[in-house]
Amino acid sequence: MNHARLHPHAPAPSGAGASSHPRHLLGLEHLQRETLLALLEDAAKWRERARTRELPCERPRGVTVCNAFFEDSTRTRISFELAEQRVGATRVSFSASGSSVSKGETLLDTARVIAAMNVDVLVVRHPSSGSAAHLARHLDAIVVNGGDGTHEHPTQGLLDLLTLRDAWDGRFEGRRMAIVGDIAHSRVARSAIHGLRKLGATITVAGPATLLPAEVESLGVRVAHSADEALEGADAAMALRIQRERMECGLLPSMGEYAREWGLNAERVSRMKPHAVVMHPGPMNRGVEIAPDVADGERSVIFDQVENGVAVRCAVLEWCAGSLAKAAA
Amino acid sequence: MVRGLAREGGRVSGVTILQGARHWKSGATIDVAMRDGAIVEVRPSQSAEIKSDTLIEAAGRVLAPGLVDLHVHLREPGQTSKESIATGTRAAAAGGFTAVACMPNTNPVVDNVAWVRWVLERAAESGHCRVHPIAVVTLGQKGEQLAEMHALAAAGAVAFSDDGRPVMSAAIMRRALEYSRPLGLPIVCHEEDLTLKGDGHMNEGAVATRLGIRGIPSQAESVMAWRDVDLAALTRGRVHLAHLSCASSFEALRHARRRGLNVTGETCPHYWMLTEEAVGDYDTHAKMNPPLRAEHDRLATIEAIVDGTIDCLTTDHAPHTFEEKRQTFDAAPFGIVGLETAIALTVTGLVEPGHLSLARAIELWTDAPRRVFGLPQVSLEVGSPADLVLLEPEERWTVEPAAFYSKGRNTPFGGMQVRGRAALTMCGGRITHALPAVVIRRGAETGAAVGAM
Repeated sequence: MNHARLHPHAPAPSGAGASSHPRHLLGLEHLQRETLLALLEDAAKWRERARTRELPCERPRGVTVCNAFFEDSTRTRISFELAEQRVGATRVSFSASGSSVSKGETLLDTARVIAAMNVDVLVVRHPSSGSAAHLARHLDAIVVNGGDGTHEHPTQGLLDLLTLRDAWDGRFEGRRMAIVGDIAHSRVARSAIHGLRKLGATITVAGPATLLPAEVESLGVRVAHSADEALEGADAAMALRIQRERMECGLLPSMGEYAREWGLNAERVSRMKPHAVVMHPGPMNRGVEIAPDVADGERSVIFDQVENGVAVRCAVLEWCAGSLAKAAA
Repeated sequence: MVRGLAREGGRVSGVTILQGARHWKSGATIDVAMRDGAIVEVRPSQSAEIKSDTLIEAAGRVLAPGLVDLHVHLREPGQTSKESIATGTRAAAAGGFTAVACMPNTNPVVDNVAWVRWVLERAAESGHCRVHPIAVVTLGQKGEQLAEMHALAAAGAVAFSDDGRPVMSAAIMRRALEYSRPLGLPIVCHEEDLTLKGDGHMNEGAVATRLGIRGIPSQAESVMAWRDVDLAALTRGRVHLAHLSCASSFEALRHARRRGLNVTGETCPHYWMLTEEAVGDYDTHAKMNPPLRAEHDRLATIEAIVDGTIDCLTTDHAPHTFEEKRQTFDAAPFGIVGLETAIALTVTGLVEPGHLSLARAIELWTDAPRRVFGLPQVSLEVGSPADLVLLEPEERWTVEPAAFYSKGRNTPFGGMQVRGRAALTMCGGRITHALPAVVIRRGAETGAAVGAM
């Protein structure tokens, strides 16, 4: 059955680089490899500027950004706010609590109100998968996905890629990444998987079967039966945050068992290649998905990830400003 | 024509003649005369001009009994922003339907005699087709206490269903089947294990994984289908499995058939037309319950229709407002409209590819559903009610939701090129829908002389 024919109103793939909405950043799945590499290159420059205190270097003139956070996220929000300051954008922030959302206004109407104030870029964090795509479909403003449900978190994916670019000397082809933990509920994992595959790395995922999504192999990953198997010979490992409510949902028997079977500890990490690195999107449950000595150990690049987060968000905002300039030209 | 009347020798009013239609089963070209809501004569067509009060030129079109949809949400009482009995039945007429059975999950729910009567009265006032109310199985659809089934049936309910929700308790379902057995009316089972469904919004599989949407396994449906087949064996009750969508549920129905149980089943056009891929990029118009499944389930749906496992076809017409569907995927309600696309999707998806003959396809929307619910049969014979549809099975058209008579525009088929549509619908001899292209001559235009043939 030809679904393209049967489903003529289906929007075209809507990531940055997709033909219909090249200006939004909704995910890494549809981002073209060239765009992705260019963003990483730009991010590295922004990071260097930050390190040498040469900020701001370039001001995207007149760009107004609204951080619309419908879900709590301290680190992502601060990271975006810093990036907006560094690129010289005009910034406003919005959080759902106490807002019109709690009075029953729909997400789209709320976003339209914000956009009507001539906001150029809307950074959206929302608990619903597809919320960023939903807004991109109906708004003139550029939408940057700051994390949508369990779908994607593209700036997190980019910062992971920038971190790995450093760790792997810029070579992704043939590298092996292990992602361990709650794949089913992780937007971080999906963005990382899409990005890494585009750049030529292979990915092995591991975790309790209750936390692996259906047909996870369709994402282009290999599934290992144990954390040990996933980590064996890997060039990098990413531990995903385990949330306590997974126990209440009956997906896990106990945090203790999870730590024993799937936690990144020193013994497991030693199975990786000698220069392999350990990552975590934070916030960490020390002693659950990652042992304290691994989190603070010499393989850990967790704080590099945080630094890189600001840099990639600078690059993304600069890219948005470029889209606006092109549109205005 | 109308010889009995002709012998009376004078002008007789109220006669409508359909000229030159193709009989849906035999393929013969016939003229049909109707008066007082019933067919009064059927004979091989003659090319001579016929004089009557109303003459409908039907040449080249297929005449069949009016279609019946056993699974429709008319949303009234209480949710008239979505649909009303007037608009829903108008949409039904446009789709070629002369009768619908409406689900009781309205607001308030149809769980007492007063609401059954209210629906019937409202349909009599504002309806464009026959409306057969379905009453709930349990009070308030809470799954706890049985409704007064005998009284509801006496008031006019043709079946019982908590549709929109399953009867989760096997014990309550057992009691419902036992209690309703003397009535002979089916319990229409919305098969869904809520614990397996969880907070799912689409089929569990690769697409849901990619989109980050929580999935609903097909077993959420099939384990309940198997349960209710087993309960039919225990109780000898009358079970009708609603909107089946997956291979394992069809197996349950086959199993019931082999055991000789009193179990029937239905499926809907979207399950043979589409798969989970139609969700595309979070298209809420492809969000329905049960959800669109994988390709092997779509193929199993076609197989179950072809081999007779499925007893009849329904639409599960579930209108929602534009604003309700224009939300994030998880926030949008389940359901699509179907009355105005049903016959086209049947011709396009089943007849055109050669899975079914046109006659069999029509039967699945006419005689078959009437059998399943025990409704009076309609035929193209003298004495039968003039509940008829004139179909144009070859006509190609484009689905334009904005042109729907239904208030609901929520369809994933918008813009699709389809084949086959209802050109004219008559219910009780009254024209309830006609395309502009249908030539209808009235009064003086026809000479209004009865019995000219």
